[in-house]
Amino acid sequence: MDYLIMVIYAVTVMGVLLGGVTFAILAERKVIGAIQLRPGPNRHGPWGLFQTIADVMKLLMKEDVIPAKADKPIFVLAPVLAFAPAFSVMAVLVYSSSIGGADINIGVIYFLGVSSITMLGVLMGGWSSNNKYALLGSIRGVAQMVSYELPLILSIIGIIILVGSLNITDIVNYQAEMGMWFIVPQFLAFVVYMISSIAELNRSPFDLPEAESELVAGFFTEYSGFRFAFFMLAEYTYAIAIAALATTLFLGGWLGPAFLPGIVWFLLKVCAVMFIWFWLTATLPRARVDQLMNFGWKVLIPLALLNIVVTAVIKVWMG
Amino acid sequence: MSELKTETMTLNMGPQHPSTHGVFRLQLKVDGETIKEAIPVMGYLHRGSEKLAERFLYSQFIPYTDRLDYLNAMTNNYVYCAAIEDLLEWEVPERAEYLRVITMELNRIASHLVWWGTYLLDIGAMSPFLYAFRDRETILDRLNEISGARMTFNYHRIGGVKWDSPDGWIEKVQETVKELYENIQEFNVLVTGNEVFRARTIGVGRLSKEQVINWGLSGPIARGSGIAIDVRKTEPYSIYDRFDFEIPTEQEGDVFARYKVRIAEMFQSLRIIEQACEQIPEGDIITKKGKRLMMIKPPAGEVYRRAEASKGEIGVYAISNGKNKPYRIKLRRPSFVNVSILQHLLVGESIQNLVAIFGSLDVVLGEVDA
Amino acid sequence: MSQELLDLIVEKIHTLQGEEVIEEAKLNFEKPMIILGSDHWNLATAKLLHDEESLQFDFLSCVTGVDYEEHMEVIYNLYSTKLDHYLYLKVKTPREEPVIMSADQVWKAADYMERETYDLLGIDFPGHWRLKRILLEDDWEGHPLRKDYITDKKALGLD
Repeated sequence: MDYLIMVIYAVTVMGVLLGGVTFAILAERKVIGAIQLRPGPNRHGPWGLFQTIADVMKLLMKEDVIPAKADKPIFVLAPVLAFAPAFSVMAVLVYSSSIGGADINIGVIYFLGVSSITMLGVLMGGWSSNNKYALLGSIRGVAQMVSYELPLILSIIGIIILVGSLNITDIVNYQAEMGMWFIVPQFLAFVVYMISSIAELNRSPFDLPEAESELVAGFFTEYSGFRFAFFMLAEYTYAIAIAALATTLFLGGWLGPAFLPGIVWFLLKVCAVMFIWFWLTATLPRARVDQLMNFGWKVLIPLALLNIVVTAVIKVWMG
Repeated sequence: MSELKTETMTLNMGPQHPSTHGVFRLQLKVDGETIKEAIPVMGYLHRGSEKLAERFLYSQFIPYTDRLDYLNAMTNNYVYCAAIEDLLEWEVPERAEYLRVITMELNRIASHLVWWGTYLLDIGAMSPFLYAFRDRETILDRLNEISGARMTFNYHRIGGVKWDSPDGWIEKVQETVKELYENIQEFNVLVTGNEVFRARTIGVGRLSKEQVINWGLSGPIARGSGIAIDVRKTEPYSIYDRFDFEIPTEQEGDVFARYKVRIAEMFQSLRIIEQACEQIPEGDIITKKGKRLMMIKPPAGEVYRRAEASKGEIGVYAISNGKNKPYRIKLRRPSFVNVSILQHLLVGESIQNLVAIFGSLDVVLGEVDA
Repeated sequence: MSQELLDLIVEKIHTLQGEEVIEEAKLNFEKPMIILGSDHWNLATAKLLHDEESLQFDFLSCVTGVDYEEHMEVIYNLYSTKLDHYLYLKVKTPREEPVIMSADQVWKAADYMERETYDLLGIDFPGHWRLKRILLEDDWEGHPLRKDYITDKKALGLD
């Protein structure tokens, strides 16, 4: 019976996630469109609602092209390996006080550990394509994701020190007891988290691995059809997961005034975080590799460390 | 510790690449992302314009000049017509000169706007492109109203211009100018101060004064390195000596300086249009002889005529042997000369800087390849 | 003013190379023009035009090659950014073996423009650092801007 519930839960999350990604892409295009003085997609269905569905249909019906000189097994495996960890982290997310995945006591560690595997997909995709742009893109991608993983994790440690637990439900409950979300006492950590998450997700202004004006399409230059769709799916799934983690850690998860159910608050906060990313995509130019690395190692990591020290001192002070 | 052993690879950037603005190829030898050698390869768009010129009547070549720098076709029209007028020793009616100046300056702004949009697209910001094209569209509407075409105008004629301005056109242009003042200022506010943008452009792709002069670079590139050469001032053609405007220059010589020069130039162009719209007299738009296109037969002789296009100094060397077809038309295309610095400027830069530097040269491939 | 400049240039070149090197010196549309034979066009003359205090032609605006059936010509349009004056410099060369010293060594602007002239007219520029075809394919036959060039429409796919 437990297994059945597990399967049902996983399939439901998968279904909701696919729908979520579909409309996240639409939302991104609409938001960017509005910022760029144009209507965005509006041909398919009312308000362009079916645009992404049409796009996915097109991608799925395309011929499956594998370059002749590509390293075939790795080439095929790469999109799957990019998507699998992004989806696996959903297992520990808790959406409201009653709806949630596995309630394990190392939830945050699991999330961070599994999500770092996504860079393997980038590396394998870029390497196996046997394309110079893809190779350069994947080198950039891996360097960037490794570098920004550190400030991302370090920024979370402050919260873990305060809560004294790695369990996601505990973290949210602690915020409820404290009477405020962690964004207030851990504001520095929130800023570091948001910046490094953009780099971690390869989103503009840190979209160097897929910089279209330099590297054509970066690590997935050679991908088309449903493999390309898979990469896009992985990207947006991961974005939703990171936004969900930000919501849980900094924005109080499902907490909110009682006139709406917890899960609605949760989803609204996820949308708000994602909106910030879309906003940045539409407004900022792309950073340069060396500047990006300098910024990560020389600014974000020291800031995250400072946050840990300050938090630890306060924690000891307060007892 | 021993040196890390690395391997160089050859990367063919183009002819199909999003940032080469057309069909341009760079053979790069890269070590990781550092460029060791860059060899530009061009000619994919070569149409033999100069050869074609020898087969046509003088007036028939005007549309071909449109297709050189298709973003700034008015100046191309002008410089060709002016060269032939020099050979013929014709005077051009006042009103025609004013219409020429207004259309050329409008076109210069349109060209700089395209540059501004596409350059930021190269740098990785998508939105400015759409903002720039919104305003470029109003300019193209004005030019469409007077010439009947949006890009390949074919508007200037030897001895004048083809069409008089339609009723109320001058007033419309004045309104457009007012709008543009505000909008370009808005662009300036939105982008110029952006931290990421400044980090990408300041100090990148530096060109010294000596380099600029020796390599024959002109236009905003030269002015971004502190050299105030602008044919409109140094050798005023048409009626540019009647207007009050400045040549904006910057001293740094980097990509950001060229950016600032172009933005400042748009404001100067607006000033010229404003003045021209106020001063424009009534009268003929083309000389009597100029209307008989078949009869244009300059006496034997040769002349070199220059003008300031949005990319730099455009020139036409026209040689006539007294027949009704040119003996030789040589086109000095600013992009072609400006792009020659690339092979030296790129060595040691990264691929990301390559895009920033190449974009800052504002090259149009129609012009490079002729 | 142009006449004075012309006299000055002629005098300077004469002191450098001796009398009667300049085939013709005149004003063309009020700008000085001098015509040299290709054997008198050398590095010293180019450097003189570039460096001499009273000339300082530091900006090479245009390089034009012309095929006059009996001979060939390359015209350098020079400009001085410091002193604001112009010069048409014509170099004549026989048609059978057109050879003109490259100005690339003095004005780098000549780099591409001479390559283009070489490409389209087949004039050789000894001293150029990388003289090869630029607009046409490397294995193109003939030089299209020569007056006796026959456009093979069939081969070009135009007919």
